[in-house]
Order: sequence, then C-alpha cells, then structure tokens
Amino acid sequence: MYLFRKKENIELKEIKSKTHITDLLFEKTTLLFALLIIFLVFWIIYEMYKDSEASRQMFGWGFITSPEWEPVKEKFGALTFVYGTVVSSLIALAIALPVSLGIAVFLSELAPQIIKTTLSFLIEILAAIPSIVFGFWGIFVLAPFMRNVVQPFLESALGFIPFFSGTKIGFGLLTSGIVLAIMIIPIISSISRDVLKTIPQAQREAAYALGATRWEAIKMALLNAKSGILGATVLGLGRAVGETMAVTMVIGNRAQIKLSWFEPAYSMASVIANEFAEASGKLHLSALIEVGLVLFAVTFVINSMARLLIYSTTKKMTVK
Amino acid sequence: MEAAELLGNSGNLKRRKVINIIMLTLSVISALAAIIPLVYIFFYTAAAGISSINLDFFTELPKPVGEPGGGIANAIIGSIEIVGIGAAFGIPVGLLAGIYVAEYSKTMVANLVKFVTDVLSGIPSIIVGIFAYGVIVLQSKNFSAFAGGFALGILMIPTVTRMTEEMLKLVPLSLREASLALGIPRWKTTLRIVLRTASGGIITGILLAIARAAGETAPLLFTSFGNSFWAESLDSPTASLPVQIFNYAISPYEEWHNKAWAGAFVLITLVFVISLIVRIITKNKFHQSV
Repeated sequence: MYLFRKKENIELKEIKSKTHITDLLFEKTTLLFALLIIFLVFWIIYEMYKDSEASRQMFGWGFITSPEWEPVKEKFGALTFVYGTVVSSLIALAIALPVSLGIAVFLSELAPQIIKTTLSFLIEILAAIPSIVFGFWGIFVLAPFMRNVVQPFLESALGFIPFFSGTKIGFGLLTSGIVLAIMIIPIISSISRDVLKTIPQAQREAAYALGATRWEAIKMALLNAKSGILGATVLGLGRAVGETMAVTMVIGNRAQIKLSWFEPAYSMASVIANEFAEASGKLHLSALIEVGLVLFAVTFVINSMARLLIYSTTKKMTVK
Repeated sequence: MEAAELLGNSGNLKRRKVINIIMLTLSVISALAAIIPLVYIFFYTAAAGISSINLDFFTELPKPVGEPGGGIANAIIGSIEIVGIGAAFGIPVGLLAGIYVAEYSKTMVANLVKFVTDVLSGIPSIIVGIFAYGVIVLQSKNFSAFAGGFALGILMIPTVTRMTEEMLKLVPLSLREASLALGIPRWKTTLRIVLRTASGGIITGILLAIARAAGETAPLLFTSFGNSFWAESLDSPTASLPVQIFNYAISPYEEWHNKAWAGAFVLITLVFVISLIVRIITKNKFHQSV
C-alpha cells in the first residue's frame, strides 16, 4: 500500500516537472512574439529618426515652421503639408462627429434588432472599403459634384465667410474633408455605440421615471459617455490625419496655404506618397522621411490620448 | 419633486416633446446618411467596372494605351504574392502575441503589449511603407514583393493580435479548469482546447486582416512599386492591384479608367465577401456562446 502510493507520487512529480518545462517554453515563446511587436514599434521610430538625420540637422525646428518646399533648390519646410493635414482632418471631424453620434444613438437606443444588425454590417463594410476606392470615387464623382453643385451653392449662401469663396476646382480641402468624413464615420460611430452600451440601462429608466422624454434620457447617457465619445472622436481624427491615398487623389496636391477651403492643398501623407519613389536626392528623401516622422509623432499623441479616454470610460462603467 | 415640476409645466412639456422628435429624427437621418455613400460607391463602381471584367481581365497582361483588351493578371497575382508574404509573417506574430496577452494577461508586459498594439494599429500605413523602404529596399537596392509583404505583414499584426486576444478571453475559464483538472498541461490546454474553441473568431480576425491588407496602397507605392509585366522573382518590382488602380486612376486615359474601375470592383467584392463570411462565422459563434 505504502509502496504503491510512493510510486504514484513519483510519477506525478515527473509529469509535473516535464510539463513545467514545456509550459515555460510555451509561455516564453508567446512572450517572445509579444515582445517582437514592442521591438518593431521602437525599430520603426528609430529607423525614421535615423533616416531623417540629414534633414533634421540641416533645417532644425524650422522644418515645421517653414512653408517653403522646393526640391530643386534643396529647400524643405513642412508647414504647408501640416496645414493641409490639419485643416482637412478638422473639416472631416466637423462633418463626421454629429453624423456618427446620430448613428450611435440610433444603433444603441432606437433601432429594432433587424435594422440594428443590418446597419452595423453595412457600416462595417464601409469601414473596410479600401481608401484607393474612396479616392477614385472622389476624383470622378465627388469632385465634379463639388465643383458644379456644392461649391457654387456654398459660395452664394455663405460666400461672405472666406472659407467658402474662391476658385471652384472641385479638388481641395473641402472635398478631401468630405471623403475623410465618410471614411471615419464608421470608426467614430461604432466605438461611440459600444461606449453608449456600457452606460447602465438603470440610468435611462431612472430618467424615464422622472418623466424625461426619450431624447432627454439619451442625452443623459451621452453626457455620461462623453469621455468615451471624445476618445472615439480623437481616434477618428488620428485615422483622418494618417489617411493617404484618398486624400492624395482629391486634395489637389498644391503646396500652398490659402484660407479658402475650395483651394487645392497638400497633406503630409500625400507628399510622401507622391514624391518618395522619385525623390531627387538624399536630402529630399531625408526631408520626406522627416515629414513622416512628424506625421508619426502627431498620430502617436492623438491615438494615445484616444486610447486613454476610451479605456477610462469603459473601465469605469463596467466596474460599476 | 423635479418630476412634478416637469409634468406640471405643460408648455415646457410641448417644447420638450418637439425637441425629442427633432433629435430622434436627426438620429435616423444620420443613419441613412451613412448608407448613401456606401451604396453609391458600391453601385457606381459596379456599373463602371463590370463592362471591363472578362476572362482577359484576369488572365492577360496590361496592354499599352490604344491597344484594346488586355488585363491586369500580373497585378492580381502580384497582390496575392505580396499579401501572402505579409500573412506568412504577420499572422504567426499576431497570433502568438495575442495568445500571450490573453493567457498571461496579468503581467505588466501583457498590458504594455496591448498598448503598443494599439499604437501600431494607429500608425499611418504610409509610415510603415517608409520603414519597409529603409529596412529592405535601401539594403537590397531594389523594390521587391518582399518589401511590400513585410510592410503589409506589420499592418496585419494589430488586427490579428486584438482579435485573438478578444476571442480567447471569450472562452469560459471553466473549460480551461476542466482541461487542467484532467491533467492536461497548460500549453496543451491553450493550443488544443482554448485555441480550438476560439478558432472561428480567430479565423475571422485573420480574414479581416487579409482583406484590409489586400486593399492597402500607400505602403506598396515605394516597396513593391509596380511593374507592367510579370515580376521576375519575389525580389524584383511587383505589380499589385491597388497600386495598379492608383496608376490607372490618375492617368488621363479613359480605357485605363475603365480598367481601374474593374479593379476597384474586384477589391470591393473581395471586401464584401470576406465581411459576409466574417459575419456568418461570428454570428454562429455568438449563438454558441449564448
């Protein structure tokens, strides 16, 4: 009896130590790949920093504040691109935010189940359409429509505002803002919907019990979800800032800073897309990589902010 | 107190009801507004592209301007090669990292990886293109399918990691405990039980990553570049569907525009089909877990 037991013990021990090693091996292997992702991100940053050295040393911080971009004279400044990126992204946000909030409210509070699933699916597809298709559609459908219909209308109605007057080409800040808006609506609306869902139903019921209308109950939920919604918005902004192909195809690609939103402009991502493969020399290439570095820094800050905002809301609500 | 106050003031109530109706209507309208561009883009692309789609489109090389016919077979095969290289690199990394984050989620590294994955998913794809250019194209001195695939692989990682993590976390803890109680070691439990249970969802993530990568243009512009002919090897410039669409779209030739529309239609159809498959898989998943 005693002997038998002892034997069993030994066997168990053997199994344990054996599995211990394979378990450890398995954990460390997966860890290795997890660390590989961290390493990759740092490598990307290092590579961009290293490859932009020539440009950074030549122009210093003046790179961001100078509007001059003349590859022939080897003069490089990124201000016009920063301007194009910022303005087109903000236009996109101004259009996308209200629409996305409407969709989020519709999806989380109003729609019956069948419509909810169908609409969510359609919005998912909208998010998955390649940006090249948006750009192509922008060139041949949206830009002529902007030139012939929207811009003349805006000028006659709001022409006293300098944003809405000027030459009507169809390609420019406003058009790229609209294309970007269509592209970021899915991300803002789906995250806002998810955030709204984490707001406890009891709060709405309490509001109804106090005699609130449906909208008032929803408004309360929206207010409670505001930091999460802000996070979704900022995430959408990050997407807009980094978007390349669609913008390249409709923004007009002219390095200038004009107040009018009808005017062509240029964005950071677009200049990289257009000039990188045919860069005229080492300094030109280095300057383009520095534009990329600036773009990276901007999107990094924007996305980190967004993630923190979203984490904080969903965590707070689910803990409760 | 407040309720009585609100109900007592009927003029106010009317105004509140009107606001209620206006806001709810606006919500419905915005939902409709989001569908319009989708439907418009889909049908416009279909209408403009379908006439150029025939067998030649999938089997022939591009013809010079002026010559009728021809296709973009090289771009389609090129895309498959580049996305394949990307998948071979991106999916294992994403999958294993996802397993780590989900199964060892209490460690600090797991949280850090989660954050860095989010950062990676937010990096504009063109920057990943610059990176691949610096690391591969500059070293090997020529554009190649490898460089393009490397860039796409990096772009696939966050999607795969995130989906893996989320799907593994859906697998009930009791299943793991049951397996461990039977004396099955942890690594085997993870691979054979947990991963298998979550496989539908993980395949979904992989499909999504592939669909997204197949449509990426920006990172390929100066990595795999482009080619009007068949690529000599994986180590030489290779045409890809999105880049070909881009080059055709910005050209002044109507014939090429038609080809580009056809290419865009192929891309959209691909995305649509994959999304549909994903939907069906995840729906079954959902029913199972309920």
